[in-house]
Amino acid sequence: MEKDTKLRKFGRVCEIVDKYDRNPSKLIPILQEVQKEYRYLPEEVMTYVATCLDMSPARIYGVASFYANFALEPKGKYVVHICDGTACHVKGSGAIKEALFNKLNLSSDKPTTDDLMFTVEAVSCLGACGLAPVMTVNEKVHGQMTVESAEVLIDDIVTKEDDDA
Amino acid sequence: MLKQQIDLNAVKKDYQEKADALKQRLIICAGTGCVANGALEVYDALVEELGRQNLNVTVSLQKEGKTDDGYYVSPSGCQGFCQAGPLVTVQPQGYLYVKVEPEDVAELVEQTFIQNQPLERLLYQNPADGKIYAKQDDIPFYRGQNRYVLGDCGLIHPEDLDEYIAKDGYLAAKKAYTEMTSQEICDTMVASGLRGRGGGGFPTGKKWAFTLVEESEKKYVICNGDEGDPGAFMDRSLMEGNPHRIIEGMMITARAIGADEGYVYVRAEYPLAVQRIQQAVQDAQEAGLLGDDIFGSGYSFRLVVMEGAGAFVCGEETALIASIEGLRGMPRPKPPFPAQSGLWGKPTVINNVETLATVPMIINEGFDTYRMLGTEGSPGTKTFALTGHVVNTGLIEVPFGATLREIIFDIGGGVTDNMGNPDPDGFKGVQIGGPSGGCLTEEFLDLPLDFDSVRSIGAMIGSGGLVVMNKSTCMIQIAHFFMQFTQNESCGKCVPCREGTKQMLVLLEDIMEGRADQSTLDLLDDLAQAVLLGSLCGLGKTAPNPVISTLKHFRAECEAHIFDKRCPTGQCKALAIPEIVADKCKGCTACIRKCPVDAITGDRKQPHVIDPDVCVKCGACAQACKFNAIVGV
Repeated sequence: MEKDTKLRKFGRVCEIVDKYDRNPSKLIPILQEVQKEYRYLPEEVMTYVATCLDMSPARIYGVASFYANFALEPKGKYVVHICDGTACHVKGSGAIKEALFNKLNLSSDKPTTDDLMFTVEAVSCLGACGLAPVMTVNEKVHGQMTVESAEVLIDDIVTKEDDDA
Repeated sequence: MLKQQIDLNAVKKDYQEKADALKQRLIICAGTGCVANGALEVYDALVEELGRQNLNVTVSLQKEGKTDDGYYVSPSGCQGFCQAGPLVTVQPQGYLYVKVEPEDVAELVEQTFIQNQPLERLLYQNPADGKIYAKQDDIPFYRGQNRYVLGDCGLIHPEDLDEYIAKDGYLAAKKAYTEMTSQEICDTMVASGLRGRGGGGFPTGKKWAFTLVEESEKKYVICNGDEGDPGAFMDRSLMEGNPHRIIEGMMITARAIGADEGYVYVRAEYPLAVQRIQQAVQDAQEAGLLGDDIFGSGYSFRLVVMEGAGAFVCGEETALIASIEGLRGMPRPKPPFPAQSGLWGKPTVINNVETLATVPMIINEGFDTYRMLGTEGSPGTKTFALTGHVVNTGLIEVPFGATLREIIFDIGGGVTDNMGNPDPDGFKGVQIGGPSGGCLTEEFLDLPLDFDSVRSIGAMIGSGGLVVMNKSTCMIQIAHFFMQFTQNESCGKCVPCREGTKQMLVLLEDIMEGRADQSTLDLLDDLAQAVLLGSLCGLGKTAPNPVISTLKHFRAECEAHIFDKRCPTGQCKALAIPEIVADKCKGCTACIRKCPVDAITGDRKQPHVIDPDVCVKCGACAQACKFNAIVGV
């Protein structure tokens, strides 16, 4: 059963590389789409893409590790981005990040919870500076945050997940 | 089969007829900021409420045939006043409602359309003097601006090609493709004096002319929408609010240099901008504005939208080209410039979003009209993202030559304290131009802002971020923040940038943590010069700017950190002196029990005392204290 799922997913990777005519210069859009499928870039998938594009796996890894949006580790179901652009920074985004790290027992070296529920990362400017400080949860923007409102947001998600479970 | 050419006049006439038949138009700002504040819920509530009141609601002028006496509800791009969002504009009256919530909608409709009066409690009230303004144009935030490039951004439906055409959109492109030669377009741009808005300020016309003279069967146009400067979001707003303007700008560029293919490179952090620009490209293709034989001229132009993958350095043109080619986004030495050898080795023009959005207006109105705005050396207007400790935050546009005082105090409404309340004496400094720019003090408030004057004092207009800081901000920490940013984003290719930024960061940490002496300052100065001179690309060359300007303009604050081991704002934790505030301490002994080094003494129900020489600043006491009596740990 597990093997079937894996094969099917590689089939999807195949469709993606075919969509871009197996063109090595389309590597970034290919990796973006692959990441949408898996939520990160598993090593064996990158090797597979390398074979499809007739490139060395090292080059794929080079590109994947260069850009901040490519994740080489699995991410949580809820990806929380705390904006650390200038405007958010001067309005106290650091304290919000620390509070969420403490609350979820995370750090910048360990951004994802063990149950793969939350990933908390500081990111560079999200471009919503008028609402600083800003955080996003799975791309939904929440503006003018405080430590308290950020914690409430996390609590609400936890409650919702518990109810669903 | 020959595809029929689009008739701009017919589209405009048709749209105008529909629009004229409308009774009212409600525009809901649907920029990232307002959407975060719930603008889409307000939109839905408005449509529902108008329907419930049996008013004739229209949500799309493209689809509806009959609009007589209709109430047209449409979204717009960013109107700039993000902090007051969600914004609802009512036309033709020009009312602007701020901070509208779905619960307000019933009253809004009743009062505005049935009673024909503005609903006062949703109007903007100036925090400084309490005055209420009904109309958008009267609000000081908007009144002080000249929204030349941003103008249509908050007015038109960003996904409605017909409305863009009705506002004379694509007329400039038509003129460029059917009435002008490449040389004429380049000459017009040179004469206009338009300078690149991405930060460098290089004359756009010259860049085009250099590319035009290159002989090649293939040339490219790239729109640089990789807006990475923290604290700047004008490109995002333009892409979200008026995507067709950018496409038109690219078409004109393509015609000017003889290119037939273009790329729009948009930052991945801007999902809405990606979506809008993709939609606009598709609509323009379907209407025959992009593709082959544009306006019957025989010329072709095709556009590809590419989403970035998160690397600040890709804002640098050669790095961006590498990224489109599917490589690591690392810059390469120039020359050759992209004009000679750019994307896939072909001559390429890369322009910033705001630059491209200005182009159609220059073609339409002529370069002399354009030159009437701004200053001699920097004609036109510039958008600034006004943020930080200021009453009105948002996106603004002023002619070059406006002063910081006008921007911060007239448009921005003055400085605030940390709680967001107006504080007339709070101004400390303003950070201009993001990580490539610098911090300016009060003495520069009356400096006219243009490319050259700002550069002459060691800062940069950059992409136009303006972060206002009040007196509680530690400038060393701000310099550290930017150095941390550039150090993180340094691609690692050249040594001065990769190692230099790292060492400068360490030196700044020494200052913040009380390990610095005179040699730290000297070393920082030396290193800043080395990084500035030795780095390969713009990222490295400008990385020392925030440090240099802080050392220059906030010397006393630096020296207090270094020689007195004191942070004047009390923000640097390592330099703070631990203390228990006697008034707040209830003498509960909770902190005494927590302290691992027995630094706290005191009797029960008596204020405790902390010994700064013994304290290791672990912070355990402050966490244990229920009365927030412990500071400086």
